[in-house]
Amino acid sequence: MKKLVFLAVFTLASAMMYAGGYRVSLQGNKSLAMGHTGVALVNSSELVFFNPAGLVFLEDKLSVSAGGFGVFSDVVYQNEATGAFAETDSPVGTPIYLYASYQATDWLAFGLGVYTPYGSEVAYEDDWAGSHLVNNIELAAIFVQPTVSFKIGDVVSIGGGPIYVTGSVNFNRNLSRTLTDLEGNRSEVTIDASGVNQWGWTAGVMVKPAEGLTIGANYRSKIILEADDADADFENIPNSPLTPFADTKASASLPLPAEMTVGISYEFCEKWTLAFDYNRAFWDVYESLDIDFADENIPDSFNARNYKNASTYRFGVQYDATKMFTLRAGYYFDESPVQDGFFAPETPRNDSNGYTAGLTFNLSDRFQIDASFLYLRFKEVDASYDAYFENGVAAPFSGTYKSSAFVPGLGVTYKM
Amino acid sequence: MKNTFKYIALAAVVGLASCEPEFDNTVTDAGFYDSGSADMTTYVAVGNSLTAGFADGALYITGQENSYPNIMAGQFALAGGGEFTQPLTNDNLGGLLLNGTQITDNRFVLSVDANGNPGPALLEGTPTTEITSSATGPFNNMGVPGAKSFHLVAPGYGNVAGVPTGAANPYYARFATGPNATVIADAASLNPTFFSLWIGNNDILSFATSGGAGVDQTGNFDPSTYGPNDITDPNVFASAYSAQIDALTAGGAGGVVFNLPDVTSIPFFTTVPFAALDPTNPDFGPQIPTLNATYAGLNQAFAALGVPERSIQFSQTAASAVVVKDESLADISENLIQVLIAGGFDQTTATIFGLQYGQARQANADDLLVLTSASIIGQLNEARFNELVGLGVPAETAGQLSVNGITFPLEDQWVLVPAEQTSIATATAAYNATIQGLAIANDLAFVDARRELARVASTGIAYNGGVLTSEFVTGGGFSLDGVHPTGRGYALVANLAIEQINRTYGATIPTVDIGDYPTITAHNN
Repeated sequence: MKKLVFLAVFTLASAMMYAGGYRVSLQGNKSLAMGHTGVALVNSSELVFFNPAGLVFLEDKLSVSAGGFGVFSDVVYQNEATGAFAETDSPVGTPIYLYASYQATDWLAFGLGVYTPYGSEVAYEDDWAGSHLVNNIELAAIFVQPTVSFKIGDVVSIGGGPIYVTGSVNFNRNLSRTLTDLEGNRSEVTIDASGVNQWGWTAGVMVKPAEGLTIGANYRSKIILEADDADADFENIPNSPLTPFADTKASASLPLPAEMTVGISYEFCEKWTLAFDYNRAFWDVYESLDIDFADENIPDSFNARNYKNASTYRFGVQYDATKMFTLRAGYYFDESPVQDGFFAPETPRNDSNGYTAGLTFNLSDRFQIDASFLYLRFKEVDASYDAYFENGVAAPFSGTYKSSAFVPGLGVTYKM
Repeated sequence: MKNTFKYIALAAVVGLASCEPEFDNTVTDAGFYDSGSADMTTYVAVGNSLTAGFADGALYITGQENSYPNIMAGQFALAGGGEFTQPLTNDNLGGLLLNGTQITDNRFVLSVDANGNPGPALLEGTPTTEITSSATGPFNNMGVPGAKSFHLVAPGYGNVAGVPTGAANPYYARFATGPNATVIADAASLNPTFFSLWIGNNDILSFATSGGAGVDQTGNFDPSTYGPNDITDPNVFASAYSAQIDALTAGGAGGVVFNLPDVTSIPFFTTVPFAALDPTNPDFGPQIPTLNATYAGLNQAFAALGVPERSIQFSQTAASAVVVKDESLADISENLIQVLIAGGFDQTTATIFGLQYGQARQANADDLLVLTSASIIGQLNEARFNELVGLGVPAETAGQLSVNGITFPLEDQWVLVPAEQTSIATATAAYNATIQGLAIANDLAFVDARRELARVASTGIAYNGGVLTSEFVTGGGFSLDGVHPTGRGYALVANLAIEQINRTYGATIPTVDIGDYPTITAHNN
């Protein structure tokens, strides 16, 4: 009898994570309320993140800010050609921050920041139409940043510090569009890594050339998270040498891209401040997400991402309404780093418009309560991920997506 | 200040309310898709194993979930379709029990043998689907594996008492509403607003899969006299089919009907090549000189009798055709015996040769070897061996003369010879004329399954992520029994039906991405 050649190489051709979305710009309630501007704003220890150079300009001996956000973010997907429909039921994300700055002398300040600028939590219904790309994902990275800031003369300051990152990821997807065990349960893999550590750095400069005018620039280095000891847990695998998926270790690397921000702020009429920031995120470092399974029998997974560098334009305004209240509002336009044909559903971000507002309530001279909210609005987008392959043949996953995010935040500031 | 709080609170409420993203037009909203002039409220599917979702030689749950009617019903649900029930079996093994005794095999799975070669193997395990514990019918899916056209209108086809004798069908016995129920009456009792009907395949298929071992009953109008592997008379088919259309359209239902594919284009008939004998096979190659020397004497006799085309010779460098018994050839046994004796053969040998090769020839490209012949070609035919030993032939000689397809011509059941293919083609054409005629007369959607299957078998059909072909195991279209589609094949059927429904009824029901549907299951027992 003719020998049967079984061609099915069940490729692990897909996505581990995130689109433009794994950068989460929620690093302070005061800043977020003003469109997440801050590189040229001197108003709190949130500067540890936004521009360490500015710390030395803070008026208080000690300034501590802490807070967090609730990220209510969901995505709907549909394909009009097939009638497929899915919506995420993602858990509420909770990015947090803690910043402290201490004025050692009138030309030297120290700071410390703990914050979470990258993260993603997306959960589709298991076995939805795009489950071969992702069922659910949870990414978290905590940044710890000691900081120092110097004044050089009266108008210029510089600052910076090292960044220590500890990250974790948990990701689940089906192995292919159709592979199941005997009972029809879809074959899936969960990749789990935690305690992935890495170092980076940040540096900034601030100039106050005239009364009320501040100019700032800040650079944050790229940080490549290398998970060398992740657990790959395979479930519902047929008992067959043709599907040699057994639990193993895996390694993968995920880039957190470098970011450059320049900005300007202007105080006028005593009570008003305007701010503008321009961010450039160097996403082109994220070319591909490759997962190398330790078990040689399991084909490695190569997932093109081909991100492009992307810009964000941020505008904010602050009004010191009364002694008790400071009001803020802002807007930003966030360009997606995802290119056509590489729109993966892990965090399906197209270009978005962010509308922000918030206020600070002065409880006393020392205590403030900071509140903010962000409504991130996305247009409906027809998109596809074309770099998914089965048996060497491309099988694009396409459809219409719509995302939205609503983010209330609350924080406290202590000054002395 | 109070007002500031109010506005902030209001903004927060508005923000939260718009938190859930929503499309301008959502596919799940009523009215997004339209069923046109058809009414999908109650869809009833009638047919045989194809309608039931039979695959891999058995009926099992995940196969049923991928039946084409179930896939269609899932899409109909986007355009006003209601619930669709199926007589799901009890497990994913697939075998049936009658009073605790297994009466049908479990499903095939793709198993890798000790040498690393993948091939179909029966899934081991004790099935749990007892046909005497009835499922409560009728169901929206009234597909009954094994049913022929006239069975659907035959009272008693679901009477469990008739199962042991073959008078009734074990699948239908599970969910017939009574011992004298008919499939078509049970289906009609659901008052369908829409139906599908795909029947007639078994009226020719069992003849074909048995290698033409049955009888072409064309001209015999009494189906109660038919054997299980016979070809149904076209008038009997037309009468049964017409009665089914009448019953299903009685309440004004719309519907879709399918014609019958060319059964000889399925992998069951195209996988085993007529030249199946490989000279590099260590069990065959070294024997070729001896075999050719032996056949040389026979070939001289064929020449002497004026039938040199029946000569048998094996190549030492290329694959050789198997030896088959063609019942459509003139039986020259007696003449052959005389010629062989005249040529110097002893009486016993000449008689054995004469009888064994009286209708023998080597196969050619027009012959279709059935899939199941793969496991017996080149193997000892024990029945023939015992027969020869009983006649006093020494065991060694008897063994040499009893190798299937090499020395012992493949029997009728292993090969569809051209004459048998002609019978099948003639009957199929007659049935298809009936089906298409009734479809036109009743303004029903019509799926040219014959044309589409021919496309799958010739060029394949491209889909998102591949090309669906009829290649056994690897093509994706056919399950491991070589006859029934995979889930992906059934999804293609569903799409073809939906396209024709949309055309006929002005509907806009979406099709599915067949790449999302499974093919075969790998499993080692």
